[in-house]
Amino acid sequence: MRHIISVLMENEPGALSRVVGLFSQRNYNIDSLTVAPTDESSLSRLTLTTEGDDAKIEQITKHLNKLVDVVKLVDLTDGAHIERELMLVKVKASGSQREEVQRLVEIFRGQIVDLTANVFSIQLVGTGDKLDAFVSAQAEGSVIEVARTGVTGVSRGEKVLSL
Amino acid sequence: MDQISGGEMLVRALHDAEVDLIFGYPGGAVLHIYDAIFQQDKIEHILVRHEQAATHAADGYARATGKPGVVLVTSGPGATNAITGIATAYMDSIPMIVLSGQVESRLIGTDGFQETDMIGISRPIVKHSFIVRTPTDIPVMIAKAFHIATTGRPGPVVIDIPKDTTDPKVTFPYIYPTDTVMRSYAVPGKGHTGQIKKAVDALVGAARPMIYAGGGVIQGEASDALTELTKLLGFPITNTLMGLGAYPASDEQFLGMLGMHGTYEANMSMHHCDVLLGIGVRFDDRVTNSDTSKFCPDATILHIDIDPASISKTVVADVPIVGSVRLVLEEMIGLVEESKSKINSELLNDWWAQIESWRLKDSLGVKPSEDGKVIKPQQVIQSLHRVTAGDAFIATDVGQHQMFAAQYYGFDKPRRWINSGGLGTMGFGFPAAMGVQLAYPDAVSVCVTGEGSFQMNLQEFATCMQYDLPVKIICLNNQALGMVKQWQDMQYSGRHSHSTYAESLPDFVRLAESYGHVGIRIEKLDELDEKLSAAFALKDRLVFVDVMVDPDEHVYPMAIKGGAMKDMLLSKSERT
Repeated sequence: MRHIISVLMENEPGALSRVVGLFSQRNYNIDSLTVAPTDESSLSRLTLTTEGDDAKIEQITKHLNKLVDVVKLVDLTDGAHIERELMLVKVKASGSQREEVQRLVEIFRGQIVDLTANVFSIQLVGTGDKLDAFVSAQAEGSVIEVARTGVTGVSRGEKVLSL
Repeated sequence: MDQISGGEMLVRALHDAEVDLIFGYPGGAVLHIYDAIFQQDKIEHILVRHEQAATHAADGYARATGKPGVVLVTSGPGATNAITGIATAYMDSIPMIVLSGQVESRLIGTDGFQETDMIGISRPIVKHSFIVRTPTDIPVMIAKAFHIATTGRPGPVVIDIPKDTTDPKVTFPYIYPTDTVMRSYAVPGKGHTGQIKKAVDALVGAARPMIYAGGGVIQGEASDALTELTKLLGFPITNTLMGLGAYPASDEQFLGMLGMHGTYEANMSMHHCDVLLGIGVRFDDRVTNSDTSKFCPDATILHIDIDPASISKTVVADVPIVGSVRLVLEEMIGLVEESKSKINSELLNDWWAQIESWRLKDSLGVKPSEDGKVIKPQQVIQSLHRVTAGDAFIATDVGQHQMFAAQYYGFDKPRRWINSGGLGTMGFGFPAAMGVQLAYPDAVSVCVTGEGSFQMNLQEFATCMQYDLPVKIICLNNQALGMVKQWQDMQYSGRHSHSTYAESLPDFVRLAESYGHVGIRIEKLDELDEKLSAAFALKDRLVFVDVMVDPDEHVYPMAIKGGAMKDMLLSKSERT
């Protein structure tokens, strides 16, 4: 099963490489990864997605917790949560195709953030599935570049990951 | 407040961390530090002859004393040479601080002379690491490093020190922190009382209980508590390779070591038990054999460990208890005293009767050679036990000699058995025995080795001469890489691919003599005790005892790959 794990860690040099290194060292996979400082500048929040059964995820969270730079973590998929990913995608379109692209952007509630005579640059936010669906809805061969941030998320309701 | 340089801060901080001995080797990036060492007398520095030996010596010191071992190496090759020793300490959870020099900050990343990314290279084999940014980081990082290395599940910590941060011309006020609290690092203390009660209920209700105790008991200073609990329960107990000495080997409840080369009775008791109490162990593959689904099929598994990640890693624990082994065992003792009457002594007696019948197999019985002259390697360890009254510190290298020492020496005290269990590092034993000797100058420090392993760090003969270290080296010389050869005999139809070299072995007696030490060769069984005694009578000298042993001997019992713990080879012709 896919899990989203959010980690609060010291904003120290080398902290990220310890997390990433742990995954390769112990033969776990990272499917996506996003990291940035939080409102508290001494802390970074890292969110990653990985696949595994319960035993494997338990080992992953235990080993992450053992890293000295890791302050706290949560497996967001343990409970109700909100997940979002941002995608910038460039779509080639001319003539009548342009209207079709605009229609799709509207349906998926994206934004056109740049355009030239032949290329739209579109921003889309949502779950990974939604972003996948948008890309596959485009005319064949028209998608010329995709940049995705990877998943980030928070728990629903009162539950928070903070100090 | 005095203004001092980073180099001086390092030395002073080590002193404040209660270090009196470090092992190292100088080089360009650490010259400022070595100059600071030269100008003080609080910390003794031992100059080894290879950085790997510095790490193993510090490791041996740490295993024998429980205090962290400290290593100082230069950048680049100095740092990479230390890697094997850091990995060795990491696998066995040994507290160690490795101070590695680094090129000047402005040169980092430019492929400078003797530059290597030590933090990157060591990352998977350290508990934590630091890189110094400014001289005033040094006391803080030293204090934190010692705290991290020695608490919780211990392990090595690297501090990488760019040369400019130790510059004698740059000085700052020195402050050693009194508080090392880190929001991101918490040390487990006592275990969950509810879980401990559950475990005690399972233990007193067991029909066929078994205690399986490992290196965590030694690291956690819990041998006394383990012994008290085991005596109170009257249950059988086995120790892992790393746990030898955690429970006295000469006690009747002790069934010997378990696992790949464990005794018949220990492995049979493991397989047939109905409640297994694992204490400071990690259900390593050398214990469980390769297929964990066949491991202890009838057992409820209780597992105490300070490291939550060790619990249910390879074998699922029915009752996991995270905490300091000593505190958990002490709490258990109290609870067992209250509920001891629930133990069904009839069932326990039946279980012991079964175990006694397994013991009759005498799986460690040694058959002397037919001509009565050729020395069996096991006989050397038995003789060593007689000559040292079972009270020596025994460091070993890795291979057959290591297993023979583990099986036949019989350790009654913790911290006497010094071996690379997890990583299995050849070349570990000799420098580790030096570290032991430096920790306890009046103790008998022995290195049991083979002629293969010994040649991986024999340059330390020179260190022993320089510091008058009277280590006793007992070399079980079978003129081959014995364990490799054994596997080739068993699994590769006797094709000894690159495991023999008899024609190119040095004369170890003369080699030892050339460094100014004493060499003794033993070739016949009837001279074994006498010559070994003579070697140990030379209390102030390093003696290399080259014992020519039967080259065809195999280590038994031996687990059968893919089987359960009850599946063992007992000799070249007998299996369970």
